[in-house]
Amino acid sequence: MTDYKFSKQIKRFSVILTITGAIGIAFGFYNAPSNVDESKEIVAKMSHDGYEGDSSDINGGGYGEDSHVGEHSDGDGGEYGENSHGASGHEYDHDKHVFYQLQNKPWAAIYVPALFFMMISLGVLAFYAIQRASQAGWSIVLYRLMEGITSYLLPGSIFVIIILVFSAFKFNHLFLWMDPDVVAHDEIIRNKVGYLNIPFFFARAILYVAGWVLYRNISRRLSLEQDTNNDINIHKKLFKFSAGFLVFFLISESMMSWDWIMSIDPHWFSTLFGWYVFAGMFVSGITSLALITIYLKSQNYLSFVNDSHIHDLAKFMFGVSVFWAYLWFSQFMLIWYSNIPEEVTYFITRIEDYNLLFFGMVVLNLIFPLIVLMNSDFKKTNFIVILTGIVIIIGHYLDVYNMIMPSAVGDMWSFGPAEIGGFLFFLGIFIYVVFNEISKAPILAKGDPYIQESKTFQYYNLD
Amino acid sequence: MSAKRLHVMFDDDDILLDAVKEIVKNKMYIYEVYTPFPIHGLDKAMKLKPTNISIATFIYGCIGFIVAVLMMYYIMIVDWPQDIGGKPSFTLIENIPSFVPIIFEMTVFFAAHLMVITFYMRSKLWPFKKAENPEPATTDDKFLVDMESGSNLSKTKTMLKKMGAVSIKEVKEESEK
Repeated sequence: MTDYKFSKQIKRFSVILTITGAIGIAFGFYNAPSNVDESKEIVAKMSHDGYEGDSSDINGGGYGEDSHVGEHSDGDGGEYGENSHGASGHEYDHDKHVFYQLQNKPWAAIYVPALFFMMISLGVLAFYAIQRASQAGWSIVLYRLMEGITSYLLPGSIFVIIILVFSAFKFNHLFLWMDPDVVAHDEIIRNKVGYLNIPFFFARAILYVAGWVLYRNISRRLSLEQDTNNDINIHKKLFKFSAGFLVFFLISESMMSWDWIMSIDPHWFSTLFGWYVFAGMFVSGITSLALITIYLKSQNYLSFVNDSHIHDLAKFMFGVSVFWAYLWFSQFMLIWYSNIPEEVTYFITRIEDYNLLFFGMVVLNLIFPLIVLMNSDFKKTNFIVILTGIVIIIGHYLDVYNMIMPSAVGDMWSFGPAEIGGFLFFLGIFIYVVFNEISKAPILAKGDPYIQESKTFQYYNLD
Repeated sequence: MSAKRLHVMFDDDDILLDAVKEIVKNKMYIYEVYTPFPIHGLDKAMKLKPTNISIATFIYGCIGFIVAVLMMYYIMIVDWPQDIGGKPSFTLIENIPSFVPIIFEMTVFFAAHLMVITFYMRSKLWPFKKAENPEPATTDDKFLVDMESGSNLSKTKTMLKKMGAVSIKEVKEESEK
C-alpha cells in the first residue's frame, strides 16, 4: 500500500479540461447578444435552421415561465396570466423576452454544471455522514476518497454563490423574483417576498454552506487525528457530529433545492422537490465515488479494496437510481393527474420543448442502470460499473439541465460551446481539487476501529 | 464394512460450518444439513449448485408486467373507457402514467408470489406435510448433518468427534425420507 501521489497526468488532464472549458464559456458569453437587435438577428438565423414552427409557441407567452398558463389551461390560468403581466400596463415585448433568454443562456450553461458538481460533492458528504452515523463496517477503506470528494464542496459552493451574486446584480435574469420590476407586476411572487428576497436568500445560502463545510472540516480533522491516536472518543465524537449533521443536512438540502433550483420558476412548486434533488445528488455522488475508486484501484493504490466493496457501491448505484426514478415519477404523475395550471406548466414546457432530453434522461437514469446492474455478477465487474457510472453521470447532468434550462432560456436551448465548456471547466476543477486532496493524506484511514472489518469485508455470495 | 448413514449433531454454527467443509473434503456424501436458522456460506461449503430462483423471479416479474399492461388496456381502454379527472381514456399511451402504479404493483405481486410458490414446490413443502427433520432439536438450538459415513466407520466417528460433534447416531437405511 502506497499513499496516493497527485500524478502529473491527472494534473495535466484537469488543467487542459479547465482551459478548454474556459474557452468554451468565453465563446458562449461572446456570442450572447448585448441588445435586442442582436438577439433578433440570432433568432432570425435560428429560424432558418428549422426553428420557424416553434417561434409561434413563445409568442403566446408572458414574461416568465407562466408563459404557457394562458395557452394550455383553457382559461383557468388567465387570472394568473393577467396578474403577471399586462394588467397594470406592463407592456409585453416578445423580442425583449427572447433577448433575456439568450442573455441568460451562457449563465445558465455555467450554472448547471456548477450546481451539478457541487451537488456531487454534497451527495458524497451525506453518504459519508450516513456511513459514520450508522457506524458501517464495510466502507472504512473508502473514507479517504469520500473526504477527497467532499473537499470540492467549498470551492463548488463558492462558484454557485458567485453566479447567484451576479444574478442579484442583474447581470442575468435567471431568477425572475430578483427583479423588482417583475415582482411589482406579479401577485404570486409578491406574496412570496417574505421568503424570496435578496438579503434573506444570501443569508440562507451562507448558512447552508457554512454548516456543510463546518461538518466536512471537523470530520476530516478528526478522521486524520485518528490515524495516530487510538482514542475511542474520536470515534464517538465523529458519530455524534455525523448524526447531528444529517438532521441539519436534510433540512438545509431541501431548502437549498427550493432556493437555488425551484425559485427559478417562482410560480411553480412541488412538495417533494427537495427529496427529488437529494436522490439525484446522492446517486451521482455514489457513482463518482465508485468511478474514482475503480480508477485508483487500477493504478494500484487501493490493494485493500476488493470485489465486495465495488459490489456494494454498485448496489447503491442501482438502488438509488430506482429511488430517484420513484421520486421523479411521483412528482410527475401527481402534477400530470391533478392538472392544476400553475403546476402543470412545468412539465408542459419540458415535454414540448425538451421532449428528447426529458424522457431520454429517464432512460439513462433508470432503464439503463436497472437492466445492466440487476445482475449480481455485473455489479463487481469494473468495466460495467464504469460504463453504467458514466451513463448515470451524464443522465444526472441532464437532469439538472432539465431543472434549470427550461425556465432560464425557454426553447432557446442547445448544446453549444458554453454548455459543453461549462461542463468541462467544472469537471477539470473538480478532478484537480479532489485528487489533490486525496494525495494530501494517507489513503487508508487506518486508525478507525472498524478498519479490520472493512479490509476483510466479504459479501457472502461472492467467491 | 459397508457405509452407514449417520446423524451427526452439533451445537454451534461455526463449528458446523468447519465440520461440513472437512466432511466434503474427505469425499463423504452429505444428504442434508438441518439448522434452526440459515447459515451464510453453508451452501458454498456443501458445494450446492447456485440457485436459479432469481432468474425465475425475473421472468415472473416480466409476466406480471405484461399481464398488467394487457389488463389495464382491456379494462380502461377497450371495455369501459372512463373520463377520470378530465382525462378521457382513448389510448393506452396517453393514459400510461396513471397505469404505472398498477403495472408496478402487479409486477411485484407476480414476482413475489410466484417466487414463493416456486420455492415451496422446489422444497417439497405444502400444507399438512409431515416434517422431514429427523430431530426436533434442530428447530431449537442444534444442528444436524445427515451424511454417509464412508468406508471406515470408526475412523469417521473419531474425526467427527474431534471436529466437535455432540452426538453421532447410526441410522437404518429404511428410515430414509
